[in-house]
Amino acid sequence: MKTASPFRELETDVPRVRVRFAGKDLMLRDGGNLAAELLAAGVLSFRQTPVSGAERGPFCMMGACFDCLVEIDGVTRQACMSEVTAGMDIGMPGTEGDGDA
Amino acid sequence: MLEADLLVLGAGPAGMAAARTAADAGLSVLLLDEQARPGGQIYRDVGNVPEDRAQILGSDYTKGRVLAEALDHPMIRHLTGTTIWQIEAGPRVSFTRDGAASTAKAKRLLIATGALERPMPVPGWTLPGVMTAGAAQILLKQSGLMCERAVLAGSGPLLYLIAAQMCRAGTPPLALVETQTFADRQAALRHLTGALRGWRLLAKGLGLLAEIRKAGVPRYTGASAIAIEGKVQAETISFTSGGKRHNLECATVLLHHGVVPNTQAARSIDVPHHWNEVQQCFVPEKDGWGRTQLPDVFIAGDGAGIGGAKAAQLQGRLAALEIACDLGKTTPADRDRNAAPLNRQLETELAARPFIDKAYPAFREALLPADDTIVCRCEEVTAGDIRRYAGLGCLGPNQTKAFGRPGMGPCQGRYCGLTVTNLLADESGRSQDDTGYYRIRPPLKPVTLGELAAMKDLETDEQEPVT
Repeated sequence: MKTASPFRELETDVPRVRVRFAGKDLMLRDGGNLAAELLAAGVLSFRQTPVSGAERGPFCMMGACFDCLVEIDGVTRQACMSEVTAGMDIGMPGTEGDGDA
Repeated sequence: MLEADLLVLGAGPAGMAAARTAADAGLSVLLLDEQARPGGQIYRDVGNVPEDRAQILGSDYTKGRVLAEALDHPMIRHLTGTTIWQIEAGPRVSFTRDGAASTAKAKRLLIATGALERPMPVPGWTLPGVMTAGAAQILLKQSGLMCERAVLAGSGPLLYLIAAQMCRAGTPPLALVETQTFADRQAALRHLTGALRGWRLLAKGLGLLAEIRKAGVPRYTGASAIAIEGKVQAETISFTSGGKRHNLECATVLLHHGVVPNTQAARSIDVPHHWNEVQQCFVPEKDGWGRTQLPDVFIAGDGAGIGGAKAAQLQGRLAALEIACDLGKTTPADRDRNAAPLNRQLETELAARPFIDKAYPAFREALLPADDTIVCRCEEVTAGDIRRYAGLGCLGPNQTKAFGRPGMGPCQGRYCGLTVTNLLADESGRSQDDTGYYRIRPPLKPVTLGELAAMKDLETDEQEPVT
């Protein structure tokens, strides 16, 4: 699901691993910051809010705003405070099949 | 339980400098930080940034390497990836690391938790693709990621820094939408003489502006009525500047109108705070060494009032000198002798501050947003909602929680607290000090039951691994 991303990677020759995000396979930089790597892969919406269902993505990138919440292997985490590891299964909180954020 | 003479929260410039100064004085130091590597946000990942990124970021960033390398000292234990969720008398802190909770205790505590971006609630600021300028900086520092088709909106030196870095990387922003006005510049000029002592800072700013001009990035000043629109993600930003309405298509919007102290940790232990009118934020009360009204708790760096990375470093060292003296490792005479040059440098460093604060004031429309603008991102509470609560007799931020849950989402008020205080103060005609702030309680960050159940004593467990 490599879509046109409004984020450009300065270094592209990096080792990548396969992860699943919202049921789709993505190749992300191994050990990279999960929020940054999802943005680089063209994913801007990480979750839907529990109040209105509006889509949200990273805002502060420093663990303060909690807008980049995702479900990693079933546990709600801040994507900007998580590292990419091979085989991660990432869900979008607020969407069908995932728990309440 | 882990024990040390000094517990430092945060490995940014203030925390790193304090840790080393304290260690040099013979104190055992435990440095706790949420990130995987030292640096804080300003020097994020400075120790392992590739050369191409270092070139773009410039020497102001790479000079942070010295501080990070200085943590390699036998008296300093730096626990990375550590999320603090409770601070208690002792001083004692509880934290999560590697999926397990743990506690640490010390004779003195130094809070060096830095700054947050000042919230900039404008219509559309919650859309994906809208981030803080600080977030864009972090993407570049840690991940080598550049925002394309970006518009930078707000005011202040950080906006120029990120714009210049984007130009260097070959990804110049589409435009700078600046909120400061001609009148702000005139007001700032009165502080110019004082600021000249901090001329290096001013010269840097002019250098950045020259880079931006050379890259042909359009600048709109005195911007007002800023709104971001898009169906799901940011697609356009509109604003009024020079008497005309502008509408720019873009893919990302980076917001910034200054940074404010991150007061969560200090407030959670009832350190008194007061309103700083010039910087439009709450700052903790402390003396010249950074000692708060809780005698064993110190605060240094931007968390104690915005002064920038160099000032933070100096304040960290000053706090460490006083703590070493407190604990009998140095004499008051030695402390004062070592502190004198630091205080002189601090004065120079802060000399340009009044000029900068006046030239790039907070964006008024974002301090008191229009009724339909969301102020609490988590619970999607609007400025109009807060005004309505005030009309119903709600006087303080804590009470608003009972009306509509602002500040009760996962960010715990970090990005709405100041706006809610301002709105209530404006409605009631009372001061921000009288209006107050949210009461901050533990857990400061979420902790899972699994992490609590896996609670371990790092001191003993590291000698005899428990399975």
